[in-house]
Formats: sequence, C-alpha cells, structure tokens
Amino acid sequence: MSAMQKIRGADIALEAAAAWLLALIWILPLAYAVWAAIHPSEYSAHFAPDAPLTVANFVKAWNAAPFARYFLNTFILVTMILVVQLVLCTLAAYAFARFSFAGRDIAFILVLLQLMIMPDVLIVENYRTMTALGLVDTIPAIGLPYMASAFGIFLLRQTFKTVPHELDEAARIEGAGPLQVLLKVYVPLAKPVYIAYGLVSVSYHWNNFLWPLIVTNSVGTRPLTVGLQIFASSDQGIDWSVITAATLITSAPLLVAFLLFQRQFVQSFMHAGIR
Amino acid sequence: MHGVEPIAGAPAALPPQARFTGVTPARLAVHVYGWLLLLPAAVLLITFTHYPAIATLVDSFYSTPRGRRAAVFVGLDNYQAMLADPVFWRALQNNIIYAASVIPLTVVLALAMAVLINGNIKGRALLRLSFFTPTVLPMIAVANVWLFFYSPGYGLFDQLFGLFGTTTHNWLGDRHTALACLIAVAVWKDAGFFMIFYLAALQQISPQLAEAAAIEGASRWYVFRRITFPLLMPTTLFVLVNAIINSFRLVDHIVVMTEGGPDNTTALLLFYIYEVGFKFWDTAYAATLTVVLLVLLAFLALGQFLLFDRKIHYQ
Repeated sequence: MSAMQKIRGADIALEAAAAWLLALIWILPLAYAVWAAIHPSEYSAHFAPDAPLTVANFVKAWNAAPFARYFLNTFILVTMILVVQLVLCTLAAYAFARFSFAGRDIAFILVLLQLMIMPDVLIVENYRTMTALGLVDTIPAIGLPYMASAFGIFLLRQTFKTVPHELDEAARIEGAGPLQVLLKVYVPLAKPVYIAYGLVSVSYHWNNFLWPLIVTNSVGTRPLTVGLQIFASSDQGIDWSVITAATLITSAPLLVAFLLFQRQFVQSFMHAGIR
Repeated sequence: MHGVEPIAGAPAALPPQARFTGVTPARLAVHVYGWLLLLPAAVLLITFTHYPAIATLVDSFYSTPRGRRAAVFVGLDNYQAMLADPVFWRALQNNIIYAASVIPLTVVLALAMAVLINGNIKGRALLRLSFFTPTVLPMIAVANVWLFFYSPGYGLFDQLFGLFGTTTHNWLGDRHTALACLIAVAVWKDAGFFMIFYLAALQQISPQLAEAAAIEGASRWYVFRRITFPLLMPTTLFVLVNAIINSFRLVDHIVVMTEGGPDNTTALLLFYIYEVGFKFWDTAYAATLTVVLLVLLAFLALGQFLLFDRKIHYQ
C-alpha cells in the first residue's frame, strides 16, 4: 500500500466517523421523543437502560385532548386541499402548456409571483378576507389560500410541455375535445408528477401551523399541529413524557408513510425541487 | 406546427388593430379555452395572493379601524411609527442575523451530507434516512422536543454539559443564547431537505472526472473545490433561494419555544407581524410591517429572476 493510499484510507475513515456523528445528531430529537414516550415520566430525563416500558403516556395524551377530532380535521383539510389543487393546477397547467391565448406570458409571470409572495406571509389581509367571506374558523378557510398553487401549476406545465404533439393530435383526429385530450393523454402521462406533488402537498399541509393557528379557534376545525400546540402549552405542568407521546401521535402517520415509502418520498421532494 | 397553437407568438407581433380583424372562430376558441382553463386558479390566486398583496400596501396608509371608528387615511404615519418602533428594528436585525446564520450553515451541512452519502460509505441508506427524517416531521412537534433539550437543569444540553462540570444554563431564557438555539433548530430541520437536491446533482456528475483528476495526482479536496463544487452551482443557487425564503416564512418554532422573548431577542419579522396583527389587533401597523417583508421578498424575486437561467420561465 503506497503512502498516498494510506492517506486516502485515513481520509475515508474520518469521513465515515463524521457522517455517523452527524447522523446521530440528526436522529437524536426523534430518538429522544421515542425514549421519553415509551418510558414512565421519571425516566424522561434519566436515561437508564433498565427503564420499564409503558404505553401509559400515549393513553394519557390521547385522552387529555380531542386528538381523534384533530386527526379528522387534518385529514379533511389535506384531502380537500390536494383534490382542489390537482384539479385547478391541471387545468391551468394545460392552458399554459398548450394554448397560446392572449396575455399568456403575463398571466404566467403573475402566477409565478406566488412562489415568492406566499400565503404564509399574507396572514393579515387573508384573515380580513376570510372575515368578510364569513369563513373564519372553518376548514375551507385554512385551505383556500393554498389551493391555487403556483408550484403545482409550474410543475405540471413543465411536464405537459414534454408530451409529444403527435399523441395530442392523434387523439384530436379521433374526435376528442380539449378536455378529453387532457384526461386521456396528458393526465395519465404525468402520473409520477402527480404522486410527487401529492406527497409534497400532503406533508406541507399536514405540518402547516401559523395560518391554521390564526384562522381557527374551535375543536371542530383545528388541525393536529394547532391542537398539539394548545395541548403542549396549556398549564397542566410540563410532563415531557406525555408531550413527546402527543408529538409522536401527531407525526406518526407521515413518519410511518415515510419509513414505508422512503424512496418515493425522497424522489418526490427531489422531483418537486428540480424544476 | 401543432394544432392548438395556430397563432403562437403572433398577437404580440401584430399591431393592436390587426389582432382583432383576422380572428377566425378557431383562433378565438384558443383564447376562450385558454382563459376558461385558467379561470378557476386565477380567481383564487387573485383573491388570496395578488389582492392581499395590494391591499396590504393600501392598508398601510390607513389607521386601524376600532369599534365604530372606521379606518382613516393617515398617509405615512404608520411608517413613521414603524421607524420609531425599537421592536421593529430589533425584529429586522434578528431576522438578518437569523438568515445570515441559518442559510450558510444549512447549505454547507446539506452539501457535506450529500458528499458524504454519495461516496461508497457503508450504511448510506441509514444515514440518508437520519438526515431526511426532520423534513417530514411537523416543525411544531420537533420544536417541543428541542424545548426539552434546552430546558435548564435536566434538559439534554445541561445534562451533557453537566458531565464537564458546567453549571446549568437557561438556554432559551438568556438573551445571548436564545436566538442561537432557534437557529440550531432551523438548520437541523432543513439541512436534510436540501441535501437531496445536492445528492441528485452529484449523481449527474460523471465519476470519470474525479478519476481522471486523481490519476493526475489531484487531492480529493482539490477535485471537490475545482470540479465538483462549480458543477453544483445551479443547485446551490436553487437551495440558497429556498433557504432565504424559509428564513422569512417559517416562525412556528418561535411560537412554540420563545414567543419572541426574552426581551424580543428572538422576534423575527413574520412573528412580529403575527403578534401585532393577532395579539394587539393593530391591523394597519401589521400591514405596514408586511409591506417591509413583501419588499424584501420582491427584491429576492428580482434577484432570482436575474440570476437564474431564463429558460426556467420561458422554456
């Protein structure tokens, strides 16, 4: 083994050590949450290997707040947002990709503006709008500002543009109208993009917090994130075991889905980013 | 030319009168279809993005309506109040420090993670899993866990430093460490997300480049600095833009961990807007603060537009 190869070997060992140290730090919060949640509360800050296991923290958390209702609210919310997003973005993307209507380029720039000026920062005026529409404290109010997604329109437009014109024309010659062509030719070909966009959208809205916090104020509309925050900050004494259990309950569906479909998740987020 | 695009590019080139004289039913149908398809999305976009952006600006020139007293035009009064408001300056300064720390740390770590995983290290799948997991967890949930890490006395940090005999420290209660604690959470949350873009870009780079350089006797660091890093530049730009946006957009962890305290040392701009708008209910002043945030974002948008390849927009 030459001197150079030895240096490379040492380099690689050092890199491996750095990688594992970093990975350890990155998984630590989740690992801690699991530790605290499955052990009695006297072990929440005391890491004894012989600590007894328990599910009591989960039971206590589940009974202390209406998490079942919050789950339902979040489920309704993300489903509603995704369905409307898919329909609206598909139609708009089709228009941008295949119809050269007057004002198309300006309209497209106006759509892209939302990538920078997101609903997340327009909370004051959007709240005013929701008040005027009488929608404050409803689930649609949480979703409405996000439903026409510039990101979704952009992603689908890029995909539709790659569809060969021949396919489009063949369908037209068979007498299909524009909407039939969209449904029979474009939508099936964009399936991987729909899956990618869907995963990103669901993760985003499952985790979204500030706007739902502002626009909801009752159990019947609050999504999980807001419910968790109200639960964790209420003055029932800081019991970390119960709070971490609630934290895991809130994150569980996405986390489990992620662990099962890891490759799909990573690729979707990647796909959604490289545009 | 393709069937549904009979007049591609034509309207802009023709004088205004000519545009309407030669309209055949087929051409008209293209315009009608295009706009009809766009209509539903456009209505929502205008209602919840364009209208509020403009309304924010308008409202910043009016007073906050209170009770039966309607809003009155006050000119630049809100802006004068803002310039005289120490909390605004504090929040702006905090946000700049926050962004200037979170962005480089996140980008460097994301790149390091990607490079480490891209080599032939053992257990790559596990490493990637660990790095990426924070991305799918709600910020609100993990902030609660970090809250425990920072608790004085029995929190993880104090337990860890206690091993070295240091006394307990109120990490989030100390005005010197509170912002740094939030920066750590933000970096931890986003580094793994940005890693995957670097990972994707690295896989596009031919390994033969590095091999050829190695045969020439180039060190690994040299290869990275002179070959890999320049090739990753588009990815770095993309990651930077997103990291910048996130540093102005995401304040969930502040709501959970510090509520802007102690002494406003962790109040970021959006958090202050939230506080003014929904705790003090001074909507006119909140609108004025939002204008500042929108101007900041608009500059970023402009920067992105000038920096990025235009084919992103007009492919």
